[in-house]
Amino acid sequence: MPFTDWLKNRTQKTQEAANKRAVPDGIWSKCTICGKTIFQKDILNNFHVCPECGHHFGLSGHERVMMLLDDGSFSATEEDLWPKDPLGFIGSKPYRQSLNNAIETTGRREAVTTGFGRIKGNKVGFGVLDFRFIAGSMGSVVGEKIARLFEAATSERLPVITVVSSGGARMQEGVLSLMQMAKTAATVEQHNQAGLPYISILANPTTGGVLASFASLGDIIIAEPKALIGFAGPRVIEQTLDEKLPKGFQTSESVLNHGMVDMIVPRDELRETVGRLISGLSPVSSDQNLGDQVV
Amino acid sequence: MSRRYYIDFERPVVEMEDQLEELKKLPEAHKPDIIKEIKFLEDQITKLKKRVYKNLTAWQQVQMSRHPDRPDFVRYLDLIFDDFIELHGDRTYGDDLAVIGGLAKLGEQNIVVVGQEKGKDTHDRLRRNFGMPHPEGYRKAIRLFKLAGKFNLPLITIIDTPGAFAGVGAEERGQAQVIAKCLSTLSSLPTPTIAVNIGEGGSGGALAFGVCDRVFMLENAYYSVITPEGCAAILWQDKEKAPEAAEALALTAKKLLKMGIVDGVIKEPLGGAHRDPKSTAGKIGEILKKTLGDLLSKPVDELVALRYERVRQFGVFSDRQESEIIT
Repeated sequence: MPFTDWLKNRTQKTQEAANKRAVPDGIWSKCTICGKTIFQKDILNNFHVCPECGHHFGLSGHERVMMLLDDGSFSATEEDLWPKDPLGFIGSKPYRQSLNNAIETTGRREAVTTGFGRIKGNKVGFGVLDFRFIAGSMGSVVGEKIARLFEAATSERLPVITVVSSGGARMQEGVLSLMQMAKTAATVEQHNQAGLPYISILANPTTGGVLASFASLGDIIIAEPKALIGFAGPRVIEQTLDEKLPKGFQTSESVLNHGMVDMIVPRDELRETVGRLISGLSPVSSDQNLGDQVV
Repeated sequence: MSRRYYIDFERPVVEMEDQLEELKKLPEAHKPDIIKEIKFLEDQITKLKKRVYKNLTAWQQVQMSRHPDRPDFVRYLDLIFDDFIELHGDRTYGDDLAVIGGLAKLGEQNIVVVGQEKGKDTHDRLRRNFGMPHPEGYRKAIRLFKLAGKFNLPLITIIDTPGAFAGVGAEERGQAQVIAKCLSTLSSLPTPTIAVNIGEGGSGGALAFGVCDRVFMLENAYYSVITPEGCAAILWQDKEKAPEAAEALALTAKKLLKMGIVDGVIKEPLGGAHRDPKSTAGKIGEILKKTLGDLLSKPVDELVALRYERVRQFGVFSDRQESEIIT
């Protein structure tokens, strides 16, 4: 019996029990998109992609590193930076509290992880934004670490790969967050003028000030399937226009059609594709690269 | 007398000013006791204006920055620059009227000037999409930025937008992409650059014109990561809370100067730039000339390096082992 059929049977049998209590953590997961209940191991073994509908679940920085970089090749940089609350911002809740919650739930100091590692043998600078940390938003620390990553990569003459999943600039640090857009864009531009490749990967969702700064400045821009990608959020646009948005608007597939990204790459092919792109962007395949790929 | 537009908190001032006008129109206006009365009222108005305008809240300043009578970019273009030759189009899709740019003279100096234009009256505002550029506006701007770089012409940008336009076409034609390109282009442009925020500095759409060697703001202008209304909608699901959001966002010229985000604040007449556009324009012109003189005395390579340092240092964070925010 195919797995999916077995799953359907199994799901029906456990329906009653499932109705009475929450899906046990660590065994079963319910896909947030198709609603199907799936063996969690099957999601994990499938690059955190729903085997039923192909939905790409969000990933932590660590998971991204594991998935994209060669085993054990990654070393993190700038781990000592902590966020501050420069404005003493109090919205619906104090910014400090949001930070504390995020630090507690993610076990990370900020929404960003940066460092150096290898992809298919190629040494690269690597940065990733984690949506679980205040919507992957860019405040001073995110901007600073991205800026330092590009600066270090420029001086070491290395390509940079970033994977972004972000709601945009972090409101709670006010105009300082806005300035991170200028800061990151300026460092990407230096890296660019040094003739070095930058590959930007957009995951679900990528919007606002992150898309409108470094994430859009890649020599090559890749989107994960069905990601929301846009400058203004769909709700904002709906309010501005007072009408329903076209179907599929701001999805990876739509932004590809409008010429805004180079390609859509499913997660299980990402490592292979990025590796080939980096090699392809070098004028000649260096011996070192070849050697590493043979291994 | 025809009703001028006024913001709620300005009402006492405007009412007293109307009284004064009526008094002056009286046939007996030349009589000593009426003259005395006029003098008295004028003194009262001055005092009241000081009280009302000297300590505006963040939200009141945002309201001032959007005052319908506030001078727009075109007004300053006439008052500050000479021999303006407008250049149109982005060479790709269209000519966005929310962005105006071209060649001009500042004193004897040939320059390129590019600014965001909200429009002077209702008809004009509709045409110019209330100063909210589409991607073609930013593409036109990038073209003119590069023109300035190519011919070593100093670039002056004028910021006055609630934000880049949020719409289907704007998204499909790459709003995020062109804003990012504005930032990177300006960050390395090989010519002196100065930005002046004359009113609204709404988010990335404003910053796209703001990565310059020097950035100035008019006293009642604001500069923010998000509009107060947008912030209030996200935080409290209630746009009516915009005044609280304005306060929390620290978006006033004074605060931004203190934080080192802008290099100078240009004073406005009591009651706002619209009460005396000529003197405001005069002040902007003076500062532009002085700043340009300073910038032109430096080699371009050094300017670009300093501009990089300028944006590079923005941000407040801690690099200690221990967090300062964990409570």
